[in-house]
Amino acid sequence: MLESSWPLLSLLIWLPILGGVAVLLLGEQRASQGRMLALVVSGLTFLFSLLLITGFERGTAAMQFVELRPWVEALNVNYHLGVDGISMPLIILTTFSTVLVVIAGWERIAYKPNLYMACFLIMEGIVVGVFSALDVILFYVFWEAVLVPMFLIIGIWGGKERIYATIKFFLYTFVGSVLMLVALVYLQFQAGSFAILDMYGLGLPLATQVWLFIAFLLAFAIKVPMWPVHTWLPDAHVQAPTGGSVILAAIMLKIGGYGFVRFSLPVVPEASLALDWLMITLSLIAVVYIGLVAMMQQDMKKLVAYSSIAHMGFVTLGFFIIFDIVLRTGGSGALLALGGGMVQMISHGFISAAMFLCVGVLYDRMHTRMIRDYGGVGHRMPLFAGFFVLFAMANAGLPGTSGFVGEFMVILAAFQANFWYAFLAGTTLILGAAYSLWMIKRVVYGEVANEKVSALQDIDGREKIVLAALAVAVLWLGIYPAPLIEIMEPSLQQLLDNVIDHGIG
Amino acid sequence: MIEAFEKPDLLLALPEIWLLVMACVVLVVDLFSSDRDHGPAFILSQITLVVGIAITWSTQWGVDATTFNGSYVADSLAAVLKSSILLLAFLGFAYSRDYLRDRGLLRGEFYMLGLFCILGMMVTVSAGNLLTLYLGIELMSLCLYALVAFDRDSPTASEAAMKYFVLGALASGMLLYGMSMLYGVTGTLDLAAITEAAGEIDENRLLYLFGLVFMMVGVSFKFGAVPFHMWVPDVYQGAPTPVTLVIATASKVAAVGLFLRLIGEGLLPLLESWQHMVVILAVLSLLLGNTIALVQTNIKRMLAYSTFNHIGFILMGFVAGTPEGFGAATFYAVTYALTVAAAFGVIMLLAGKGFEADQITDLKGLNERSPLFALVMLLLMISLTGIPGTVGFYAKWMVLKSVVEAGFVWLAVLAVLGAVVGAFYYLRLVRYCYFDKPEGDGPRPDGSRGFQTVLAINGLAILWLGIFPGTLVAVCMAAFL
Repeated sequence: MLESSWPLLSLLIWLPILGGVAVLLLGEQRASQGRMLALVVSGLTFLFSLLLITGFERGTAAMQFVELRPWVEALNVNYHLGVDGISMPLIILTTFSTVLVVIAGWERIAYKPNLYMACFLIMEGIVVGVFSALDVILFYVFWEAVLVPMFLIIGIWGGKERIYATIKFFLYTFVGSVLMLVALVYLQFQAGSFAILDMYGLGLPLATQVWLFIAFLLAFAIKVPMWPVHTWLPDAHVQAPTGGSVILAAIMLKIGGYGFVRFSLPVVPEASLALDWLMITLSLIAVVYIGLVAMMQQDMKKLVAYSSIAHMGFVTLGFFIIFDIVLRTGGSGALLALGGGMVQMISHGFISAAMFLCVGVLYDRMHTRMIRDYGGVGHRMPLFAGFFVLFAMANAGLPGTSGFVGEFMVILAAFQANFWYAFLAGTTLILGAAYSLWMIKRVVYGEVANEKVSALQDIDGREKIVLAALAVAVLWLGIYPAPLIEIMEPSLQQLLDNVIDHGIG
Repeated sequence: MIEAFEKPDLLLALPEIWLLVMACVVLVVDLFSSDRDHGPAFILSQITLVVGIAITWSTQWGVDATTFNGSYVADSLAAVLKSSILLLAFLGFAYSRDYLRDRGLLRGEFYMLGLFCILGMMVTVSAGNLLTLYLGIELMSLCLYALVAFDRDSPTASEAAMKYFVLGALASGMLLYGMSMLYGVTGTLDLAAITEAAGEIDENRLLYLFGLVFMMVGVSFKFGAVPFHMWVPDVYQGAPTPVTLVIATASKVAAVGLFLRLIGEGLLPLLESWQHMVVILAVLSLLLGNTIALVQTNIKRMLAYSTFNHIGFILMGFVAGTPEGFGAATFYAVTYALTVAAAFGVIMLLAGKGFEADQITDLKGLNERSPLFALVMLLLMISLTGIPGTVGFYAKWMVLKSVVEAGFVWLAVLAVLGAVVGAFYYLRLVRYCYFDKPEGDGPRPDGSRGFQTVLAINGLAILWLGIFPGTLVAVCMAAFL
């Protein structure tokens, strides 16, 4: 393992958390200083996180930037951090999204703005902690702590039904996680250590593995979310403020996907193999059925929320078709599938964030999210329309955008597993185009629908910065994904070898 | 055979001696003081408690000795439990002043009774002999009965005290009967000797079990474990809030000491026999507490029912019968008591003249009125739920760990599902604090500066211990090594 000379990961965790506390301590009277401080903190965190890319040693699957020091000595729990090719890009995504959210919430939040900013900063630190923890207890601490700021964000700044939505969100995710806690405690007992890497390849009996798999599945599937435990997501998204939706879609859902590759696959590979049919079925249902549901939505935010579920279906599909691929063809496509799932996570982070921000831009001006209240927005907001169309295209998986890369990799790999998987997964290209573009047609194009629309002002500088940054990310990842794949590949290859060795034997 | 008279080592029992002397001093000083607010009694009591912690720590931590012919034990466990009890009493006294003054209950006897009650708890957790144990329990209980009825003109308080007294006396009788069985079998009152005798089980096994069952009933009553819980909600609601605080916190820590001395360590050789009794008590407590707490609208009652949930967890820590399990239970009890003490503190902070602030809706919009105490309430509630970042998580996790290692995975699953149900009613309080706007003026947090400072420190300590639990965990674990 590669030790770091200075605690970069700790900095990325604690700088935003302490920064958030500082913003909170400013008090609600000093809103502009609070905003400024939040921007500085999130900006610095993002810049520091770029050091992860420059300092990252490519071509190795080992954990890097490792920090290891005792934390609760009496129980042998360590403060153990480190990143590999799987978690590092997700950390960058987190720090990047938080900067955007801080800018997007600049003057939009009138009620307790400093508390708002503080919640997002604290959440940023916690999420970085989730992605970099290598000790199960540390992981669980961060994993669960994420709920608290999100609970407040939806509950305080959300829409009319916010209390129902936020309690539903909290309880749903809490149910899943507590069972995972029992699974982690049990695994620790078996492995004799709290280090995540020590839990790989324990060779537990299949029946035990299946129970552990189910506990993990509940935790991660609810977070992702997979059909049929997805119902908290549309409520939470619709009620959350724009920034909350962005973080929820761009980052929180990724925690679930990350859990599958960090825990389910390597810790209980035999159970993953035994139950991969279940995972594939649920993923395909998410892709096809939820895609159809998305098409029928009247509310733009709900539509984007459902499309998130459909896109995350690709992630889980990519992760769990590897067994079929290896068993049928010997394996070259399996890496493609895993890589596709990972790229899809990053790409969905950008696209869903952008889509929610676009909806937020419209909602800020019109105070409605209903598609029928719009029409001909493009006439009044040409620049905005350009961005919105670009992101919708990316959402539909247009080649040249990031949405295409991940989906294409997964579909290509799925052909090696089973033709019908690929066929069903491929329908997303049609469904995605249908719901994204149909919404664009009704909102952006056509005649100016009413007076309110005709009074719309195009996006201001702040919104331009945010959307442009996302547009660059989406196009860059769509045209030149090679650097990302290069970073991930060694870690994914090691994961795959590990899973095949212990799972298929 | 009667041993030769041996001069007891009084130094070992210095904490109790100090408290006894000071309780008498407080009584006398208060008699001659003309301060209508009983300031001297208050300050003397607080000094007594703080100095008591120091004395306890310096004379008993790391020691393992007995005195008074084995009837008094001074060891690390006693040090941990006693210093927590003293600290909790300190918090209770600190929070109660404004509340009692507003209700005309601020009398010197409150401090005197409180100190004697604490003395009883301390004797209990240091007991090395069945009689010492019983003496401690009775001293504690009698003071508590009086304290519950402290507001003697209040019908609910009198009713609660009556109920508590009758049921408490019954439970004490059960305990005593169980002890007499034990005495009958072993011919000794000394706990160490009883442990040794229990290790060499012979044809008297049935008598042991007979005694064990009765003692278990008595102990469960003191804990308030289901199904010996009937008194808890009424007493919590009826008693003046400061007394509820003492019952909910310090007396639970003392009950842990009682269980450990009498059954956990005292009858460890009979683990197989009592393990399943404890499992049943734990399961019932988890189930009943959570279900009924869901529908409460009175915060004190809600905390009373949710206490069962936490008692379930503490009992789960005993199930394994290992030092880790006992350490986990101790850690749970101490941290839970600290958390609940702060929760009652917030209730007393919000309460004013003729206003109890014990309805859940009284918390509406607390974040607008006092961001600091809304934050404290948030931390307390997520700690009681068991969310990481606060100390409640480590308590739950340590208990789960010991239970899973003892092979009771199903019990762990049941307990965490209970925690999810618990999340619902704890979050409801957060919801009122943060998501609702205040109705009219609402109760304002007004208390003396000292009160507010101590309460804020208490609340933030939950966060601090949640991030750096290492020392406290180590202390609780070391008590059993």
